[in-house]
This record gives sequence, structure tokens and C-alpha cells, in this order.
Amino acid sequence: MQLSTRHLLGIKDLTKDDISLILSTAEQFKEVLQRPVKKVPSLRDVTIVNLFYENSTRTRFSFELAEKRLSADTINFAASSSSAAKGETLLDTVNNILSMKVDMVVMRHSASGAPHFLSQHVPAAIINAGDGINEHPTQGLLDAYSIKEKTGSLEGRKIAIIGDIMHSRVAQSNIYLLKKMGAEVTVCGPPTLIPKYIQSALGVNVSYHLKETLEWCDVANVLRIQLERQNQVLFSSLREYNLAYGISRKMLDGLQKEIVIMHPGPINRGVELDSDVADSKQSIILQQVENGVAVRMAVLYLLSGRNAS
Amino acid sequence: MDAGQLKTAVDKLAKEIKAQMSDPENTLFVGIQQGGVVVADGIIQALQQLDPAMKIQYGQLDITFYRDDIRNAILAPDKMNLPFSIENKTVILIDDVLFTGRTIKAALDALLDYGRPAKVQLCVLVDRKEHRQFPIQADFTGITLETTKTDKIKLLNGEAVLLQ
Repeated sequence: MQLSTRHLLGIKDLTKDDISLILSTAEQFKEVLQRPVKKVPSLRDVTIVNLFYENSTRTRFSFELAEKRLSADTINFAASSSSAAKGETLLDTVNNILSMKVDMVVMRHSASGAPHFLSQHVPAAIINAGDGINEHPTQGLLDAYSIKEKTGSLEGRKIAIIGDIMHSRVAQSNIYLLKKMGAEVTVCGPPTLIPKYIQSALGVNVSYHLKETLEWCDVANVLRIQLERQNQVLFSSLREYNLAYGISRKMLDGLQKEIVIMHPGPINRGVELDSDVADSKQSIILQQVENGVAVRMAVLYLLSGRNAS
Repeated sequence: MDAGQLKTAVDKLAKEIKAQMSDPENTLFVGIQQGGVVVADGIIQALQQLDPAMKIQYGQLDITFYRDDIRNAILAPDKMNLPFSIENKTVILIDDVLFTGRTIKAALDALLDYGRPAKVQLCVLVDRKEHRQFPIQADFTGITLETTKTDKIKLLNGEAVLLQ
């Protein structure tokens, strides 16, 4: 069984079978990570560049660890300390790197569609590590993996995505993936942070009431307010946001059932999540990070075939 | 080879292993995914019939990530399940067909990532001796078959089938 695509540009392009294959392969890599020797030789002959045009800690470390645990050779590129700062174009930078015999490119970029552009112009396999406000496919996959691991399946599961939906590539990848796998999705947040046509375009429910949404869902995936992507005032203050959409211990204790709390990080404590929620046993935030390495190993492994083209 | 002949070969292997096993407590059985697991299931069952009191430790090894032809085809992995420490134990690796020896080489690589066994022995149902590409031989052999290099042998529904 193979993936239907050479690149991982977004969940949008994946089939249900692709997603199932990545998740089941990730399960086997999770087993690898529990062993005395936490690596396998599968990608010994593969070189991967991590091209980060935008800041990242978690995703970059996660990809780098995944690559090392597959025995790949890796090189890292941060735009701030490279020739991109001297005016080199994206395509020139990548072609220069590829001429040094690099096989795969993991890229994060602030421009939506940058990895799609790249995939049309270079021969290497491209993995999107987050592009602007479009998609963050490996985050979507690791969230799905974590939900499946914690609750048993995705089919019929009720998932709420709460917060800044408008600027979130995580929300978009999650929605595509969860809908493809048969889950029900509700997005919840202030009206100014939810795209107007999302209900008809992506087939999700929209709610502006946090309490109702939490009563409905099995899992709440809570997003960060992306102040760096907002160029206008969309809510009056962080304190007011916290009062209307922040999740507190008291609120969770008032629900009829125990829901699962997720967050892709970095958390703004006291804004979207209170500390006693983020650190509670209902929260699987650190398991998400742990699963991220296994899921990225699965993606890299499955895309590493040279004959795929 | 029909199901009856297969059963005879599996029973023979179980008897040989039992006769040679000096320390059952420190012996682990490991079937190689997928065909080897089918054979290993049969051997474990036969051993248990020979000695119902014997405590058998049995796991399954998947070699997908260790294959030397990984670049030709990316395969989805099978389940890995070694619910014990292999440190200083005797491991009996079980596979269905010993052909080029490459699978066993990969299995040894995979196994050693779990620790340092005292000894590893190899048990195979079918040995296609003349096609070896690595210096690997079995300690327990069910049947030796003369085949041509392009023949394929598969375990199907409890029977071994030669596909020519």
C-alpha cells in the first residue's frame, strides 16, 4: 500500500486511505520510540533539509527528531540567519540546496501556498510544515492520531475546535481530516475570528457559545490567538477574550461528562486555557507532542520512495 | 505441500526444538512477520501439546524498516510485539521460507535494537538452500526444497504453494 501523493502539501489532497495508512504506520513508529534503541535504519540514504522561513520550536524539533530516528541526514535552514535575508528568492535557495544532493524538503513559510509553488518547480518531495493561514498537515495528522489513541476512533466523534479559526492553519487541516474520517466538527469562537462561509464551505457547525459547545463535544481542540497574523482589532482585549472563550476548571467541572482537552501549542496560559486546565489529567497536550514525532516519521518514511514519480 | 504435510513438518520442528532446548525459561520464540508468524503459531501450539506445563514466551518481529531493498518499494509495516527483554536470552527466530538470507539479516538487525541476546538460533519451515546470498544457515529445518530462483513459495490457507 502506498500514498496517492508524492508530497504532503495539505490534508485537502489526501484520501481517506492515505490518512489511515499514515496513522497505522505512525502506530508502528510509536513502538520504535519505546525501544532501547529508538531508531531504525530506513532513511539511511536520504538527506532532508528543514527550511524554516517562520519561527518554530516544537515543529522544527519534532521533524528533526523524526528524521534522526529514521537515520536520515539532516540540514537546517532558518531564514533569519541565511542568504534569504540578503534577497535570494525561495526557488534559488531551494535549487542551491538541492544541488548538494538533498532528497526531501520540509518547509514552513508565512505565505500560504509556498510549498505548492515549490512542488511544481523542484524534483524533491515537499512536506508542508505550515504555510501561512492555509494548512499544517502534520499537526492535523498528529491531532487525529492523538484523538484516536485516546478515544478509540474518529468515526462519529464530536470534535470542537475553539478560538481563532480565521487565522489558523491547524484548524483548517483538522477540519479537512476529521471530516474525511467521519467525525463531526464544530468551530467555536468570537464571530470576528470565524470565517463567514465556513459552514457551507467546509461542512462544519458554527457556534459562538463556549459552554454549549463544550456540552456537545467529546474533544475540545483549543487554539492560540494568533496576534502575529491579525492586522486589525478583532476583539477588545485578551482579558475579555478569556472571559468569553477561555476554558476554566470551573467550567469543565460543571459539564455532564469528562471531555478531552487538546492544544497545538504554544499555549497562552490565562488567555485560551487556564493553567489548571492545561495541566489537568483531561489534557493530552504533551501526548500530542510525543505523538508528533511518530506521525512525522510515518510521513517521511512513506514519502521517501524514489520511484514514486 | 498440503496441510497434512505442513503439520508433519511443523511437529517435527517442535520436537527437534524441544529436544535441544536446555533452558526453557531463558528461551524466547520470535516469529518474523508475516509468514514466519503463521509457522511460529503452529510450532508454539505443537510445543504446548508436547508439554502442556511449559511456559512459552513468544513474540512477533516486523522487519519492514530494516529491509535492504526499502528504496525499491515503501511498504506498510506490520505489528511488532516483543513483550519481554531479550537481554542474555536465547532467541529462536522462526520464518516460513529461507531463500536469499536477506530477510534473516534484516531480522537480526531489528532484533539487536532490542538488546543483546546470548544466542540466536534460526528455525525455518522451508529451506531453498541453493539460492543463498548471505552466509546464513538454519539450525532447525522443516523441509529442504530444490527450486529455481524465479519460483515463489507462499503459505496460503494452511498450505504451502509453489508458484512457478
